[in-house]
Amino acid sequence: MNKRQKEAMEKLTGIAASIYSDLDSGEIPTMILPLRNKRNIEFDPMSQVWKYGSLRTTRTAKTTQGATTMLRTAYTTEFINEMIREEKSSTLREMYYISEGWNNARFHTQDESNLLAEDLETMTHGMREDFKLRPEESGAHVYGNITFRTQTKKGMKDINAMDDVSEQGFAVPYSVENETFQIKSQDVRFVMALETGGMYARLIENGFPDQARCALIHLSGQPARSTRRLIKRLNEENGLPVVVFTDGDPWSFRIFASIAYGAIKTAHISDYLATPTAQFIGITASDILNYNLPTDDLSDKDVGALHAELSDPRFSDEFWDSEIHAMLEMGKKAEQQALAKYGLDYVTDTYLPDKLTQLGMM
Amino acid sequence: MGIKEAVDNSLDACEEAGILPDIVVRISKTGDEEYKVSIEDNGPGILHRAMPNVFGRLLYGSRFHALRQSRGQQGIGISATVMYANISTGRPAHIASRIEGEDEVAWEMDISVDTKTNRPIVKNERAFPWVGKEHGTLVEYVTKGKYMTGRQSIFEYLRETAIVNPHARVEFHDPDGKTWTFERATETMPPKSKEIKPHPQGMEIGDMMAYSYVSEQKNVKDFLVRDFCRVTPRLADEMTKAAEIDPKSDPKELGREGSVRLVQAISGVKIMDPPSDCLSPIGDALIKKGLMHILDGLRPEYYAAPVTRPPKTANGNPFCIEAGIVYGGEIPADSQVMIMRFANRVPLLYQQGADIITKAISEFDWRRYGLDQRGGKGIPFGPAIILVHVASTKVPFTSEGKEAIAAIPEIYDEIQLALRTVARSLKSHLNKKARKAKTHEKFEIVQEILPDLAKKVSEQLGRPIPDIGRTVTKIMNVVWIEPETVKDEGGKKKPDSKRFRYTVYNYTIRPHTFMVHAHLPVEAVPPSVREGEMFDSMNEEGKVQWKVSGIQPSTSAVIEFELRGDMADTFDPDDVYVSGINPVLVMGAEALPGDWGIKGMEITESDDDLVAQSDDSEEEPEGLEEEEFEKEDDE
Repeated sequence: MNKRQKEAMEKLTGIAASIYSDLDSGEIPTMILPLRNKRNIEFDPMSQVWKYGSLRTTRTAKTTQGATTMLRTAYTTEFINEMIREEKSSTLREMYYISEGWNNARFHTQDESNLLAEDLETMTHGMREDFKLRPEESGAHVYGNITFRTQTKKGMKDINAMDDVSEQGFAVPYSVENETFQIKSQDVRFVMALETGGMYARLIENGFPDQARCALIHLSGQPARSTRRLIKRLNEENGLPVVVFTDGDPWSFRIFASIAYGAIKTAHISDYLATPTAQFIGITASDILNYNLPTDDLSDKDVGALHAELSDPRFSDEFWDSEIHAMLEMGKKAEQQALAKYGLDYVTDTYLPDKLTQLGMM
Repeated sequence: MGIKEAVDNSLDACEEAGILPDIVVRISKTGDEEYKVSIEDNGPGILHRAMPNVFGRLLYGSRFHALRQSRGQQGIGISATVMYANISTGRPAHIASRIEGEDEVAWEMDISVDTKTNRPIVKNERAFPWVGKEHGTLVEYVTKGKYMTGRQSIFEYLRETAIVNPHARVEFHDPDGKTWTFERATETMPPKSKEIKPHPQGMEIGDMMAYSYVSEQKNVKDFLVRDFCRVTPRLADEMTKAAEIDPKSDPKELGREGSVRLVQAISGVKIMDPPSDCLSPIGDALIKKGLMHILDGLRPEYYAAPVTRPPKTANGNPFCIEAGIVYGGEIPADSQVMIMRFANRVPLLYQQGADIITKAISEFDWRRYGLDQRGGKGIPFGPAIILVHVASTKVPFTSEGKEAIAAIPEIYDEIQLALRTVARSLKSHLNKKARKAKTHEKFEIVQEILPDLAKKVSEQLGRPIPDIGRTVTKIMNVVWIEPETVKDEGGKKKPDSKRFRYTVYNYTIRPHTFMVHAHLPVEAVPPSVREGEMFDSMNEEGKVQWKVSGIQPSTSAVIEFELRGDMADTFDPDDVYVSGINPVLVMGAEALPGDWGIKGMEITESDDDLVAQSDDSEEEPEGLEEEEFEKEDDE
């Protein structure tokens, strides 16, 4: 049991104690949490990321939902404390199944258990990783000339994310904290995060990591916390610039926002996860026009998402305002692989060099 | 196919004789579009010598100098049915009848109508021993026609007849060999309707000509005073004077001229409304009973307390409107509501669009009462059946078909008033349902989740389980009344008895004293109700009140009582009210309505409790309002 875990345990027990004292003094048990939606995220100039603001929500046992969540909290804190004591860990999915035996506290969907784990983080200022709860395998991979020192069944081992791995790259573990994971050495000039596996494979096949001396990270859709944390550490500890290359649609804009600005869901730990200097290199609405890319029509959901972004404080700058409006105006979106219209090498020969040169990275 | 005529006659005759009707209708196919129909009843029977005229002479027995609410005033009459059967198949009708009495024998005969002379032709007349039949009549004939199913069918007619005649047992053997039985739902007979003399204001010129011609009075004044209701000698003088008719002249000589003047004169004088106690409405309890009995298969969730309006007068004829609503269960929710129209306890199946009942329903704003209605007009949509009954000594039909009631403003207004009352009950039921869901939620919290929570945190901290009583009181902050129908215990089944229980929980921080009110079906109230511990008083309508005295916080009290007889199941324990306590504090019962008729208890408590409740503000919805990354699958 390390110090952080011991602290976590104490704080979790504190939550139960507060419920106990409410009940014991005849009060309605109440918990106060930061409001976790876009109305309550604020830019923190110190860390340059978006964090929760001062709005709070009160959870009381007066409603079924509030009371049930509290009961779940009691079960979950006990469960976590047990795991910490017994040096075990479980996946969020396992906890969801374990809750089958919790009667009224049973989780009905896995989202509920994920949200609760995040609630506990906000209440204790701890990290889910300290609670011995891990997500499913994130699916994220890194490819590039970086050597990681990481925990294996046979102890700590050095792995080079180019020489010691298959073309798939190095699989990012669920926890990339210093105790079990270190960045030992690297010889790259920047890190490029990619949304789709197709583009990741294309760049590797075209030899782009060598050509541009960069590391590629396949985000595999929504970037898991460990993926974002790893990006953050590469940026902070090794001074590597980060660029993000995604599809050109509203959902991809959010992927970038979660890396660069902090995600709404995890704004309590934006400090750990967000990389404020990350830069977006497309596909933007302007790219669709400038490169005359093949497109799909925006769906109603896409349009709704774009409008939601217009009222999202994280996107309230000139760049995003004009990009979002441009996309709404043309009513089109494009995938990053649409660049193949000009041939398989076009992305590595023309598009990325253009973009990176603009940023002064090539 | 004439079934309506025969069944209406049977029900009228049974009602008149005070017999609980047993009616058997049989239909079998005898050829292409040819059916044999028989209707047998247990009515008082028809005198042997009257049988030929009743069945073989058109308009026989039509008397219009005596008015009464009867089914028989509708339809073309049984003799017309017999005649149509004669003409269409060439076969006479077979009639058998027996009147009560040890010395009486049953008579049977074949009857057809001589269409030239309007006289009965009787054949095969004989007396016979009708084994097992003490009294009753059988009518049997073969007729041309189509056998229909659906909304305008014999089955539907009999079903709806059974709803408004819960005292009747109706058995139906259809042409496919299936038997349908609508069992008697109650032994309570409807009150007999009384005959009254015509009211002068109900007279049209033709009526006056015919009526004066058959009068047995010697002079016009006596004719007016004795052959009409509500005409005093002074009024008669006023009328004859205005009509310039000699009051001493012979009424037979009034003629068209005189009738026109007399009718006009009548419209110029003020006459008292006709007596209305001659009407026999079904009554709210029996309507509910009938609906429950016949519609039970649809498992409706709610029978709104039916309404019987006080009698009113239109065109010199007293009338009375009754209405009911049945809601929910398996009644189709996505189509128009079903409208059941009745005139003098006879279902009206045709010409729905032309009827005043349909008009009144369509022009009522149902949206305010929980049914869908596009633009607030037209027949509403929803899982409901609306029943409207018009009872009158003379129902004003739009035509001789007698299937649609004419748009008389007085009747229209009364229907709307009746609808408003039942619609209000429906709305209050729907509100109650929503509130109940909320109550249930709170109960789940205090009964299940909080005890679990207390146990779990104590375990984790290794401390004793705290007493959550005060927390529970704070969360509920209500006086909760839980109605229930008590299940039979230990298999001791008393078929005619039902027990009900109200459990009153005080989940507030102070004691309360208040009244609990309910409307019991009087027929079902045994003396034991008055002996209940909390019983306070009850009036002759069955409106009962119990007193809950000084119930302490975190305690409960029980009101329990029994109802007996076949009306016991018409009582809905959810229809419960309180007075003497701020209704906002109460869950499970509503404030005593203003039109209850009995003054409830005054509220003497302060509103202190309410202040504590006011912080019950809505919290922010938990969970995230948007999915951050969810990307649509590319189509």
